[in-house]
Amino acid sequence: MSADGGNLTAPLAALLELTHRCPLQCPYCSNPIELERAKGELSTSEWMRVLDEAAELGILQVHFSGGEPAVRRDLPDLVAHARSAGLYSNLITSGVTLDRARIAKLAEAGLDHVQLSIQDVDHQTAAYIANYPGVQGKKLAFARMVREAGLPLTINAVINRHNIARVERMIDVAVSLDAGRVEVAHAQYYGWAIRNRAALMPTLEQVHEATRHVEAARERLRGQIVIDYVLPDYYARQPKACMGGWGRQFLNITPSGEVLPCHAAQTIPGLVFESVRHKPLSEIWAASEAFARFRGTDWLPELCRTCDQREVDWGGCRCQALAVVGDAAATDPACALSPKHDVLRALADAASSEPPPDFVYRRMAPHDSKTALAPTTS
Amino acid sequence: MTSPQLSSETCPGLAPGVRLTFDKARDRWVVLAPERVLVPDETALEILQRCNGTTQLDAIVDELANAYSADRSEIEHDVRDLLASLIEKRIVTA
Repeated sequence: MSADGGNLTAPLAALLELTHRCPLQCPYCSNPIELERAKGELSTSEWMRVLDEAAELGILQVHFSGGEPAVRRDLPDLVAHARSAGLYSNLITSGVTLDRARIAKLAEAGLDHVQLSIQDVDHQTAAYIANYPGVQGKKLAFARMVREAGLPLTINAVINRHNIARVERMIDVAVSLDAGRVEVAHAQYYGWAIRNRAALMPTLEQVHEATRHVEAARERLRGQIVIDYVLPDYYARQPKACMGGWGRQFLNITPSGEVLPCHAAQTIPGLVFESVRHKPLSEIWAASEAFARFRGTDWLPELCRTCDQREVDWGGCRCQALAVVGDAAATDPACALSPKHDVLRALADAASSEPPPDFVYRRMAPHDSKTALAPTTS
Repeated sequence: MTSPQLSSETCPGLAPGVRLTFDKARDRWVVLAPERVLVPDETALEILQRCNGTTQLDAIVDELANAYSADRSEIEHDVRDLLASLIEKRIVTA
């Protein structure tokens, strides 16, 4: 039995960003800086059509995400529709908006799994990171209700300099909440996180320490909980196979229906994305220019094209190459062979050696002031 | 913590959040689990299809030994090995 590594032509999973609305304001949010507004969101029937098209295309798993997907009142209907289409559904949630009755409704609708984010085990720091007083207490209560409803639970903890000292306790909280799985994921520096890089970046020493705790916990908790650990690129020597390779296994749909190869792809200039409002998903997957641009190995820079890891990491992350090297088609600077590898490391060292600046919290931009203040002509 | 020895009477089942399903687009069986898609080989599939939470480990081994006209102790060894590894990964519960 092996993880899937074959030559697939159809995507395995889709991340469905039902909305960008969210009660939390975490400064490492994976959503773009330009958040989409509620009025542009796909309707219930549009999402249902997308779910049918996804199943038809060969997608096996859908992740209902956001923003906070539960702010959409039609979430149970979408979960039920996914189930009837044969899709495995996962809810990625902040947990602060769902009560017992709505959790029961989601379970009845056939939800397969819940992934709950936590910001910290320390209540005060958690509230600071999410900019939401009392957030941790709400999340703990939510996690218990999820398990009481019989739903399997994953706890996801995004690691940064404010909570990294408590990695071990975050794993223990996941165990005490009867989660089957915990993701200990160092922040990925795109979108909001890159804006907050200095406020989030831990030191190399802190990362080593956290890694030791994770490894010890894996030994200690073998058979009790699955621990997935996502290493920080800025201190890595090998790039990640971002999205399992661009346009290979995964697609992302924004609240308004744009189909992206990864959630940060809109940061890359010159890529044109297509919408499920105008074209079937299968056509977008197969023929969209944005998916074709970095798919496979033909586009790879010289350094990667001759590398024996080219079909392991697929050149790494395009958005990181753009953000750090200034060229989305360059080798991911996380690779030790990249001529810009030292730049990435220097950025991390510089960011983490100073006291952390204040967060720039994730918020919708205010409405255009000119429009708002324009005098009425009537 | 090491996995305890499985009793012969235990009835293995798929863990919560895990589904064994036929993937029509790729014409193969798959195990769907949180953030994971696993492709079982032929032996693993035969075993997983019997992990229904009601069939005892002993009976699973008997069935497979009969179906393949194979040595029972060898089959039992394979089944226990696979189940132990899948229990650790929380794909199967016992």
